[in-house]
This record gives sequence, structure tokens and C-alpha cells, in this order.
Amino acid sequence: MTRSDRLSLAHLWVAILAFGAASAMAFMQALSRASLDLPWRSAKMYYLSVTAHGVLMALVFTTFFIMAFGYVVVSRTLDQEPTGLNLAWTGFWVALAGTAMAAFAILTGRATVLYTFYPPLQAHPLFYIGLTLVIVGSWCWGVVMLLSYRTWRRARPDRPAPLAMHGMIATVLVWFIATIGVATEVLVQLIPWSLGWTKTVDPVLARMLFWYFGHPLVYFWLLPAYVIWYTVLPRHVGGKLFSDPLARLVFALFIIFSTPVGFHHQFMDPGVSAGWKLLHTFLTFAILFPSFITAFTVTASLEVAGRTQGATGLLDWIGKLPWRDPLFSSVALSMILFAVGGIGGAINASFGMNAVVHNTAFIQGHFHLTVGSAVALTFMGAAYWLVPRLSGRELELGLLARVQPYLWFIGMMLFSFSNHITGLMGMPRRIYDASYGGSTVAAAWRGLTGVSALGGVFLFASALFFMLVMIGTGLAGKRTAAAPIEWAEPLHPVAPGRTVFDRYWLWTGVAVALVLIAYAYPLWIHLQMPRFGSPGFKPF
Amino acid sequence: MNVPLYEKIWMWAAGVLIVAFLTTIAVGVAGSALQPPSHVETIDPATVWSDARFAKRGVTVDEHGATVVLIAMMFAYQPAEIHVPANRPVTFRITSADVTHGFEIVGTNGNTMVVPGYVSQFTTTFRTPGEYLIVCNEYCGLSHHLMSAKLIVEGGAQP
Repeated sequence: MTRSDRLSLAHLWVAILAFGAASAMAFMQALSRASLDLPWRSAKMYYLSVTAHGVLMALVFTTFFIMAFGYVVVSRTLDQEPTGLNLAWTGFWVALAGTAMAAFAILTGRATVLYTFYPPLQAHPLFYIGLTLVIVGSWCWGVVMLLSYRTWRRARPDRPAPLAMHGMIATVLVWFIATIGVATEVLVQLIPWSLGWTKTVDPVLARMLFWYFGHPLVYFWLLPAYVIWYTVLPRHVGGKLFSDPLARLVFALFIIFSTPVGFHHQFMDPGVSAGWKLLHTFLTFAILFPSFITAFTVTASLEVAGRTQGATGLLDWIGKLPWRDPLFSSVALSMILFAVGGIGGAINASFGMNAVVHNTAFIQGHFHLTVGSAVALTFMGAAYWLVPRLSGRELELGLLARVQPYLWFIGMMLFSFSNHITGLMGMPRRIYDASYGGSTVAAAWRGLTGVSALGGVFLFASALFFMLVMIGTGLAGKRTAAAPIEWAEPLHPVAPGRTVFDRYWLWTGVAVALVLIAYAYPLWIHLQMPRFGSPGFKPF
Repeated sequence: MNVPLYEKIWMWAAGVLIVAFLTTIAVGVAGSALQPPSHVETIDPATVWSDARFAKRGVTVDEHGATVVLIAMMFAYQPAEIHVPANRPVTFRITSADVTHGFEIVGTNGNTMVVPGYVSQFTTTFRTPGEYLIVCNEYCGLSHHLMSAKLIVEGGAQP
């Protein structure tokens, strides 16, 4: 095993174990919402586990998986070890230590503030410091990724970045720009306040800084999934990438449009004027465009694969695709769920219309299709493909792996659709119990919370299958010569030289300019207002 | 950049769809003054109970409509029951005495965050008389799911 693969595998295992723990918590939450009285059910456990589920899934599972995949892309597309292996391992241990600190604070009931940790809910300082270390660890990774690219480019000044690396560079740039917001919030506002050095914080300022980070965080998750869709999937199913330059354009557009959109999470906030919310609405819709291109290009690449295998009719290429292969079925099913989730996202972003769905179960229904399916299901499928290739062990329990993506799909349909509907009926998200003292309005949600809980059962079974396959493979998989990791070739030959898409300073510059337009002035105005801070509260 | 014809058509269609979405929003903003609650007004959260703007809570009805003044706190709204007239504009003014809360009138588009240090304000008109459930939709502590209130919309122009 190469040093780089050992690094990737270490990250992957943290991601997989975090996923397993978070899934078990989710199962409990889905049952609780349906008012199923389990022996260990309590409000304290529920909100604690919602916090742990959010942090483990949204920050730990995703970040460690993305770091692992980034190193795979460096070693297998640039054909070199990551530049700065020591820094990479430092990042790993720092992020792991941060995870342990945050987990300690959460599991001992000192940080039941949910993964959005809105002040003036105040967590134990270890929670904030732990999360900061996770981010610092990911910054080490980002630096290693960029240094590796620089090493490669210096030896080949005329070559464009391999497409997968291009996508990962975009991911790193989005991440660096985005994390400035949450780092400012946590370092300037929350840590001094939780340590008692400052008495109060401004909660709306904290929300602005959080959502400056919180929406591009979504693209930090999504872009590596897109890299897998564009550069791994077509080759894996025997086809070619339909359009290389458009894929490059997509990643470049994400660099510039990911961040200046955060106010669409604050439509219902006081203290932020409607004009700025409207500007962010327009920018939010701009970012639908690269995802529309992705839907076409990836589907067309799959059609190429089906036709290469002899399909001639209008739709029979779909049947030629390897639906029993867990990487393919995971990605294909995640794309179907993401199409629905994307349209739901357009609804959420629709300015005034957001009032109907804001903070209702519609939102959790929505993001379990996007991060919970497009991203998580793709990452699970990719784990089936990656772990054997990195560890040199055969995948164990292949039948479970084959069934697992379909279970996830069914579970997510039940969970997500029922939550979309109860959300439209007004049921809030993140509630321990949905009965509201026997209110007749709340009684109407009852059947659908049962459907949601049934979805939770399917999802938990799916997660359990995934964990069994992974742990079985890691501990008992038959040792074998690892299959190569291969990347998709473009259908049409690509001009050899570097293009505008390789000019990362340019894209970063445009991104920073847009961020300044969308955020600098409203933040400045905000800081001019007479504002009153709030002391901390710990109602948990 | 050489883009295949079908993909070109798709990209144009996607662009048209996005412009159509934005047009519907722009029409709502320009035509019906439809916008999310975005009132900008600050208040000292330590003194909300004695602040002149929130010292007298409840409903005031005049010839233009009604104004409802509320304080949200862990884990209730004060007052917990509100009566307003149907078919008249009702303006809600809400602030928080402690953490961040939500204020959602189930089955309507009445929805706002309630953030300490700020005054939330929005105006809406209820067409259908009856009893409505108000819920907190932002996690505010271990009894968050119990935080609710009652809104009664009373029929006719005269309450």
C-alpha cells in the first residue's frame, strides 16, 4: 500500500464510522417524531441526538470522506504523492481530535445546540473549539491539495488539470472562501463568549456569518459527488464523458456562485432588509444552471455507455446499464432523488414563498434528498468502489452491497415525501414530538409521521447493510491485487493546451468580488446599527 | 467551446426556466409587494418586558386593522391566545425575551424568526375565520416542541 493510500484509508474509516453512529441516531429520531414510545425516548436524548446526527453527518462524515477522495484524486490523476504528507497527517489528527472534543461535549449533554449552533443557545467551549479544529484540519488538507497541484503543474506548464483534479481544486477554493464566515463567527463571537470573556453576542450577526458558510458548505459536499459522477461513473459503466469543457465550466461556475447566496437561509430573519435578500435570491437561482448542465452531461454519458453495449432504441440504453453494480445504482438513484431535491430547493429559494416552508418538515425532507441522497448515497457507492481498490481486499457481502442503494432509495422516498407534505401542512422541523397537546391541526400530521418513521426503518436497514459490508471488507476481505482506479475519457478529443478554466486566480477573484458585493455592504450597514447583544442560555 | 446541439438546446431551456422562475418572483415583489418579513428594528433583550413598545401586549384594533404585540420566551408566547378580525390587515410585532424562537401560524404564510435584540414585524390578512395553531419552529431548548399558542380569527368585518 502506498503512503498516499494509507492516508486516504485513514480518512475513509473515520468517515464510515461517523456515518454509522449518525445513522443509528437518525433511526431513533424518526421513531420519536411519530410519537412511538420507546423505553429510552426522552426530549433530552432526542435533541442531543439531533445535534450529534447533524454534526457527525454534515461535518465529520462528509469532510473526512472528501479529504480521503481528494488524496485519491491527487495520487491517481497527478500520479504523484500529495505534496506535504506530514501536513496532511497533521490535518487528519487535528480534525480527529476536534471531532473527539465536539463529540465529548455533545454526548455529555453540554452542547445540545444542534449543528447550526445559533446563539444565544450556548454550548460548552469544547464544542466550538472541537469544530474549529475540524475546520483547521480541513484547511491543512486544502493546502496539501493546492501544493500538490502546483508541484504537478510546474513540471507540465502547458497541460490542463485532469478533470477530477479541476473539480477538487474548485472544491478547495469554495471551502477556503466559505470557511472564513464560520471561522469569524466562532473565533470572534462564540469562543470568547462561551469562555465568559465577553458577556453578549449579536445573534443576527452570528446567523449572517454562519449562513455565509452554511450554503457553500452544501457545494463543498456536492462538488466531490459531481467529480465522481463526471469522472468515475462513465468509465465504470463502459462509456465516455459526453462533454469535458462543459464539466470544467460547471466547476468554475460553482467557484464563483457558491458563496454570495446565504441570505436565502435568512428570508424570515428580522434585522436583514428585503433588498439584500432579493439580491441573494437572484444569485441563488444562477447556481441552478451548472446543476442543469450536470444533469444533461452525466445522463448523456450514461447513454453513450448503453449504446456502446448495443442499445439502439430510444430508451433501451437504460436497461443496458449495470443496475446490479452498487457504485452505478447508488449514483443513478441519487441523481433521481437529487432532481426532486433540486426543484424543492428552487421552491425554498423563492423569496416570499419561503414563508410557507421555512423551518417546517419540508426543509428536512428537502435536504435529505440533496446532502442525504445526492451526496451521501454517492459517497456510499464510491466507498464500495474505493475501499477494495485502496486496501487490496475484495468486497465482502456483495449481495448486501447490491441491495443497499435500493433500500436507501425506498427509505428516502417514504421519509422525504412524507416530510415534504407534513411541512406544507405546517409541521415544524426538529421537534421531539408532533402532537402539540392533542391539537386537531397536529393530529392531521399523524399518519404521515408514521410513513416517515417507516422510511427511517428502511434507511436504517440500508445504513446497517453498508456498515456490515464495509466492516466485513476491512476486517475479513480476501487479500487480492487491487483493481486499478480509472478515470473517464472524453467522448470528443479535447484541445491539449490550458484554457480559461485553468486560471484559478481569475475564478477566485470573480468569486471574491461577488462576495464583496453581496456581503460587505450589508455587513457594514449592520455593524453601524445600534445593536444589543444577548447573554448565553443553556436550556438543555 | 464546442457544445453539441442537443446540449445547447438544453442549456437554453435551462436558462429560460431560471429566468421564468425569477420573473415570477419579480412580479410578486413589484406587483403585490410580496416580501419576506424583513423589518429592521433593534431592542435591548434585557428590558423587553418594560420597554414601551412591548410593555402592553395583546391586540389593538383600529379602523385600518389590528396590531398584535407579543413576546416569545422559553417555552411560551405572551399572550398565549390572540383574537383578530378576518379580512383586515393584521400586523404582528414580536420579540424574544431569551433565545431565538420561531413564530409560525400553521396553515397560513405567517412565519418569522424571533431573534433576541430585534423586533420581527409582518402584516398579513386572514380570509378564513377559525382557530389556528401557532408553533415555535426554531429549536429553543428541551421543551421546544411544547411551545405553541392559539390564534382565533373572528368572522365578519366587525370583531
